[in-house]
Order: sequence, then C-alpha cells, then structure tokens
Amino acid sequence: MSSKLRRVIYNVARNPELSSGGSLVHAPIVPMAGEDARVQEDIAGEHMLINIGPQHPATHGVLRLVLELDGETVVRCIPHIGYLHSSFEKLGEYRDWNQVIPLTDRMDYLAPLIYNCAYAMSVEKLMGVEVTERCKVVRLICMELDRIFSHLLWLGTTAIDLGAFTVFLYTFQQRELIYDLHESFTGARITTSSTRIGGMMADLPAGWIDQLVKWIEGFLPVLDEVDTLLTNNGIWIGRTQGVGSISAADAVNWGLSGPNLRASGVAYDVRKDRPYYDMDSYDFDVPVGEHGDIYDRYLCRMEEMRQSVRLLRQFIQRLPGGPINVDDPRVILPPKTAAMNDMESMIHHFKLVMEGVRAPVGESWFSVESSKGELGMYVVSDGGSKPVRWRVRGPSFINIAALPHMIEGALLSDVIAVNASLDIVLGEIDR
Amino acid sequence: MSDAFNKGLEDLDAGPRPSDAGDAGAPPQAGDLPPHPSVDALRERFGDAVLRHELVSGDEHIVYVLPDRNLEILQFLRDEPGHRYDFLQDLTAVDYGGGRMIQVVYQLWSIENKLNLRVKAELPLDGLEIESAYHLWRAADWLEREVYDMFGVVFHGHPDLRRILMPYNYAEGHPLRKDFPLRGRFSRAEQTRRALNLRTEDHYSPRELEIAHVLGQSVPDPFGKSETNSGQHGQFGGMGGAG
Repeated sequence: MSSKLRRVIYNVARNPELSSGGSLVHAPIVPMAGEDARVQEDIAGEHMLINIGPQHPATHGVLRLVLELDGETVVRCIPHIGYLHSSFEKLGEYRDWNQVIPLTDRMDYLAPLIYNCAYAMSVEKLMGVEVTERCKVVRLICMELDRIFSHLLWLGTTAIDLGAFTVFLYTFQQRELIYDLHESFTGARITTSSTRIGGMMADLPAGWIDQLVKWIEGFLPVLDEVDTLLTNNGIWIGRTQGVGSISAADAVNWGLSGPNLRASGVAYDVRKDRPYYDMDSYDFDVPVGEHGDIYDRYLCRMEEMRQSVRLLRQFIQRLPGGPINVDDPRVILPPKTAAMNDMESMIHHFKLVMEGVRAPVGESWFSVESSKGELGMYVVSDGGSKPVRWRVRGPSFINIAALPHMIEGALLSDVIAVNASLDIVLGEIDR
Repeated sequence: MSDAFNKGLEDLDAGPRPSDAGDAGAPPQAGDLPPHPSVDALRERFGDAVLRHELVSGDEHIVYVLPDRNLEILQFLRDEPGHRYDFLQDLTAVDYGGGRMIQVVYQLWSIENKLNLRVKAELPLDGLEIESAYHLWRAADWLEREVYDMFGVVFHGHPDLRRILMPYNYAEGHPLRKDFPLRGRFSRAEQTRRALNLRTEDHYSPRELEIAHVLGQSVPDPFGKSETNSGQHGQFGGMGGAG
C-alpha cells in the first residue's frame, strides 16, 4: 500500500514578477502551485483528503472545499459551488424587464444597491434611455454607500476569521446604521429592489441626505479606530503579509478584479477606465497594492472606503434637484392622478402594467465597479418584454476560481485567511 | 396626441411577442460602422475567418468568427501589440431558441489599450464543440465549465470540464437552453427522490475519488452525521453564515 502514497515537495521561491512593481516592504514567499510541484513516492499515511463546508462559518456561506493535505500543507484544493444555486438567469428569462430587479439584490445581498443599479443601467443602455441628472447622482450615492457597506462586512468577518473579534463589533455597528439608511430610502434593509428602468422606485425621502451626512461624520472616526486596531497589529501582519500572494500577471490572467486585482498592482477600476455617469468628473483615487497578498487587499479596501466617503461628499454637494425619473411614457408609469384624469396617461399606465417595458432588438454588455470587482450585466433582447438572456458576470465567481492557485502549497490555516480575503458572496457565485 | 405617445404605441402595437418567439433575429446591422482597430487587424490577418462585424447599443463592437478558428483569433487578440486583450471579462453563451445556433460570447478588455471587443462564435445545436480558451486565460476555467453546465457546449482542451453549478449526477440536461422547461424535466417527486438518495460519492468529482482511491481512503460525507460533524452542528448551527 505504501508504494501508492505520494508526497508533494513544493518549491518555495521568491516570485520574480512581484518585484517589478517597486520597492518591496516585505519579500513575499510564493510556493509553486499545481503542476510545478514535484511529486514523489513517500511513506504511508501522510496525505489526507479532507472536506471543509458547505456548512462551515469560515467559508462565508456555502462554499465547499476539498483539500488534499500533506501534514498541514495544502497540496491540492478543489472548490465546489452550486449549493445556493437558484438559476436566477433562467428565472430572469421568464420575467419582464422590471421584474428582474428583485432577483439582482438577492445575488449580492451584501451590496444590493450596486446590483440594482448595474442591472437598470445595462437595460437603459440597451433601450437608449438616458436617466435624469438627479437619478444619476442618487444611484452613485447608492453604489458608493454600498461599497462601504460591503467592505465593512468583509473587514469584520475577515478579522473574526483571523481571531480579531473586536473589529467585527465596530464594523457591524456601522453596517447597522447603513441598514437604517437603506430602510428609510427603499423600505427594505437587504432586499432593496430600489431601481426601476428609467429611474428609481422613489425619490430620496426628506432628511435622508442629512442622515447620510451625519452617518459619514460618525463613520470616519470608527474607520480610524479599526485602522489603529489592525494596520500595525503584529498578529494581523503575521497572518496576512506574504500570505495568498498572486502576481500582477497571474491576477490579470485569472480575471481577478476589484480590490483583489488592485492589491497586485494593476490599477484597473471600471470607474476610471470606462467611467459611467460622469465618474471622470469627480475627484477620487484608486488605491493600488504591490504584493498582492492579504495585507495589501486589506489596505486597498480600507483606502477605498475613505475614497468612497470622499466621493459621497462630492455627490451630496452636487446632487441636483428636478425629477428622479425620466419623462418617457415607454418606461415610467405616469403619476397616479394623471392616469386617473387623462386618457393618454391611462393608456400608458395600462400598457406598462399589462405588458411591461419593451426593449428593442439588440444586446448590451455593461459593467460597473462593484465592491467585489467588475460587475458585468449582459442583456439580450429580441424586442419582447422579457430578456432572451440575462447574464451576470459575477466578480466573486471569477475571484474565487483563483483560490486553488493562491493556496496550493500554503498551510491549512492560511486557507481560511485567503478565502476570507477574496471577499466572496455565495449568492452571486451560485446565482 | 403627442409624438411621444405615438412613438410609444408604435412599439407596443407591433403585437405581443413572447421572448422565445421564432423570428427573433440578429441585432440590427448598422450601415456605416465606425472602424474598430482590432476588427480591421483581424480582417487583414484572418480574412474569411472573420464573418461579420456589428455595432450594438451605441458603442459595443461585436465580431463574429469561424468557430473552428476561435483559438488562433483569440490568441492574436491577446498577444498582438497594439491590441493585447489581456483581460477576459466574460465568457458566456446565448441561446435564442427555435433551433437557432448557440452563440459563445467572449467579452474582452485590454487593460493597456483600454479597448473593448466582443467576439462571438456560433455553434449549431448538433455540433456544440469549440476549442477551450483555458490556456490563454485561466479565467476561462470556471466560465467554460459554467457554459458547459448550462448550455452543453463542449470545450476541447479544457483540463477539467465538468458541471459546476448543478450536481455531478444531474441528469435533466442543460438548464439555460431554451428547450429546457423552467421547472426541469423530471417531476417534483422524482427530483426530490434523487436529492434524498445521493450517495457520498455523488458529492465528489471523479478526480477527487481517484485521489481518495490512490490514498487508500474513503471520502468524507459533507452532510454526514459523523461525531465531529454533529457536534459542530450544535455548536455553530445558530450562527448562520456570517458572510
């Protein structure tokens, strides 16, 4: 029996590609993964196949990993997904354009408004509808607010996975306040479903902006406190620096996006590279790491939250008045009083309620920068009131595919850390 | 009556068209397309392998290519200086239904040149086979598995082509195909029976079973009631998924 057992000798090597980006603060050690690892026969009983998940608090949902271990070293990692599969894309083909919106926030329930907005923006692009200036800024506020919302959850849960419990309390307290903002705007805390094709479900309620300003003032000191707790914390640094590194070239090749890609030194941000809603006219920076490890991902996300606050302040300053919805009877219901008193409006109302919005024949691939990376929405229409195809390029789905590449050759305890650092949400991975 | 009103009604009066209607054609072809540098280069280099070029939704360029030459075209796009589509944004498929060809869609982005291009290859329903882009972009690994799982397109050269979202023993077909009914092919009773009668091995891919066999080990049941598992369940059951 012993002749069948194998042991993998993994080569620990400095990653030459990583040193191209500037001066290294700490030299990351990257084990060779996969096929590069040498395999040789060894004594019995060393390798072991273990199963983590799908129900495990540290897998951030229902991710399941099958690991082949050599002692404490991960030789091979095979992720299994699909435990939360609800076939949203198929369901979308049986719903009209506006009815798809509630499906979108159930994908990424950690940043639901970003998904609402991204979907509405893709369909509007397909239909050639230009939303009002006020709507644009309101959507941008929603998206930046939810970027912070999602990063806070990431920060809290990742810290808890690595043993720093206190951070979780700070970040979840702030999340609770954002939940309140969600609730007073959309009526729901998680399943916001706030956008409509051509506008929003409702305009911002009175006093909402003041609430937001008040929250921002309270949030920044908390962020600084978390910064003090973690950034120079020896244990945190020990668990995160040099762990789970991925080089810039590999990160691009694996299709990573968002903070995971930027931590490796690639400054690809949809908001800068393909600016939507005049994002290029706002003043903000895209933080970039250089080592591609967990610590740099952490620093990137911390800085992104500060940049989001900077953006939110500019949005609030620039928020124009005027209507929130486009004045286009093809997509937006007329006001109720008009529908009751005016023949034209009543017909529009009837048609929109009975048949829904119609998109012309064509297709559109549109992406925004979500909290987790590039969120692409691909909608195909045959001229009917339902999509022929609604495809979501989920950033988590593609980010988590690179997990085996990052952890093969690392230690078992790092698996949890690396997995947490990728900021995944299983609702969107499994769809 | 206002023009906007008439315009709205003209579209609506075209009659209700179910989204799987038979005559759903290709996107409209614009007369004079603004040139796209990569499409011109592709035409020059590959000639007849570049079938047609479309512009949709204002600024999205689509180039249709011969399916059996997809790999060399994609490689050219990835490596050629001046193009360098190094980022595979998305790889998916579209089924228009009605027996029409299934489109495999590559959405490319060049980080260096800030260029977007969508490459499509159309496959007939009786020949859903195409070369895998795995060796060009590792991002294609899971994306191709998803397209295989959902549409049944076989990617030659993919090292580990197996179902990804549906269970490994799923026998009802490929869910995102238009001929697949929304509730699946089996009855609810049969679906429930199959879900309740999964063997431990059904939770593992052939590769994992092979590893376990080589190690002389039996695979652990991820939903099993082993001592440690049931203990953990009591301990962590109330927490829910934090993320």
